[in-house]
Amino acid sequence: MEKIFQKLSLASATLVFVLLIGIFLTLYSAAKPAIEEFGLHFIVNPAWNKEVPVTTTPDTKVSSTVATTDQALEDDTIADEDDDDMILDDDEEGDTATKTIYGGLVPIVGTLLSTLIALAFALPIAMGIAVFLAEIAPKNISNIVGIAIELLAAIPSIIFGMWGLYYFAPIIVDIVGGYQVSLLTAGLVLGVMILPFMAAITRDSMNTTPAVLKESAYALGATKFEVIKDIIFPYSKVGIIGSIILALGRALGETMAVAFLIGSIFELPKAINSPTISIPVAMANNFGEASGLGESALFYLALILFIISFAVISLAKFYFLKKAK
Amino acid sequence: MRLLVNKIFLALSILSAVIGLAFLAWILITLFMKGLSSFHFSLFVNDLIDGGLRNLIIGQMILAGLASLIGIPLGMTAGIYIQEYGQGKYASLIRDLSDIMMSAPSIVIGAFVYAIVVVPMGGTSGWAGAIALAIMMIPVVINTTDSMLSLVPRELREAGIALGASKYKVILDIVIKAAKVGIMTGILLAFARIIGETAPLLFTSETSNYFSLNLNESFPSLTVSIYDLANEPEEASRDLAWAASFILTVLVLIINLTGRFITRNKK
Repeated sequence: MEKIFQKLSLASATLVFVLLIGIFLTLYSAAKPAIEEFGLHFIVNPAWNKEVPVTTTPDTKVSSTVATTDQALEDDTIADEDDDDMILDDDEEGDTATKTIYGGLVPIVGTLLSTLIALAFALPIAMGIAVFLAEIAPKNISNIVGIAIELLAAIPSIIFGMWGLYYFAPIIVDIVGGYQVSLLTAGLVLGVMILPFMAAITRDSMNTTPAVLKESAYALGATKFEVIKDIIFPYSKVGIIGSIILALGRALGETMAVAFLIGSIFELPKAINSPTISIPVAMANNFGEASGLGESALFYLALILFIISFAVISLAKFYFLKKAK
Repeated sequence: MRLLVNKIFLALSILSAVIGLAFLAWILITLFMKGLSSFHFSLFVNDLIDGGLRNLIIGQMILAGLASLIGIPLGMTAGIYIQEYGQGKYASLIRDLSDIMMSAPSIVIGAFVYAIVVVPMGGTSGWAGAIALAIMMIPVVINTTDSMLSLVPRELREAGIALGASKYKVILDIVIKAAKVGIMTGILLAFARIIGETAPLLFTSETSNYFSLNLNESFPSLTVSIYDLANEPEEASRDLAWAASFILTVLVLIINLTGRFITRNKK
């Protein structure tokens, strides 16, 4: 019995390992056709679901053009470049060999930019909240506000998306103009979403500062600001940076809040207030219709997202937060 | 001058807290206003096809419940391994990997389950949705079990072993009992987290307009249907989405507050 229980618990623990490796291998093998077809050039190619005439080897990937016609939205966005070619291709499908190419630049850029905007918006407010909770507020107020902030973190992300689209974005549009669905509004709502998470873990980092240090500074006549700036901040700096990077990792993979707001079109944003797409949103909105090479390209995007967030989270956890302990 | 800088800084910090609370209030008030105005008790009686939410609420509960049935035992035993059995490198590797998995993008987990469950089964299914949610849940349960067990004093374990109990008896009857409240809270919070998840369900369980208990076909999901409804042009669909969001949020917040209440009472 003892042996069985021990083996069982070992098996469960190993499952975590197997799952992570499994996720990586599964994504890789599902993405393989796209990886072989487009290589690393995928990352810098802005075209998505675009038909091009085959120049060198006419017999490759002709079949993959079939899936493209129903995605009218994407076709529109690239239509301005080679409208004529497209019509030609559609008319004489049998004669002219075409292939569909996929590139990941647009969703990758969209993911990074929306995360950056979220970070720029959330960072100062989260720091302020963390300072308020850790140093300024009396114990009982800090507890209540702390719970309220954590409840904000518990609200499902889809609620943030709906609220953002129908209530928050119109106000932003009134102020800066542009589209209701855009990189900016998506980034800001994402910022509101990571705000409580970032504030909570930053507060925890600040709370690790020994009371003796703070008390000595106060005894020397330092103001609260000086204690925070010169004692708490330097002491918990590493932990705070770790917390910020961890929040960034969360923001990179967020799907639903962004899906409502980013516009979901495969086009590089011309300005901060024009629509684009991010990796999770590209997957959420196109997975259903995708097949063949298109589906494989989405898995390629998933693999890229997985690797980026894996790297970011490991950096936060194992470099900064370990060091902070 | 120093005092002025101090004052400004404190004011800014308090302002941040006010902004944070204002966002919470704004979202909750919006939800209550929009949700309550389209809320009706017939929503609990009719299925989505008749303009109600019954099948979706039950479906989401079943998905999250099944995920818990899969995720809690696996997560708890893995947490027990890390804390009680594992020594050295391997246990801490698993702990680190589980931490990373906790923050892995949920849509990627959806894609993974799509590839290993949906494709072989030939279509979306309740099972696939439950498995995706379970994968989301496991690392959270591991994390809570691990940290709650680490709070149990060593003397308790030693006392058990001194009485001649075997190690698994000590773990199950003494250590787990001592950490029960903390672990339960963690599990409640994990449940609250997965019940509001949308992304991992989008292409695993999908959703259905009809009442269904058949886990081998597309399964009704509240969150996925909210996403679909909110993107419909008709006002009525969007109102229904708000009512559904309201119910979902109230549910999530109640579970959350219950969890916090349990730990508070313990203290």
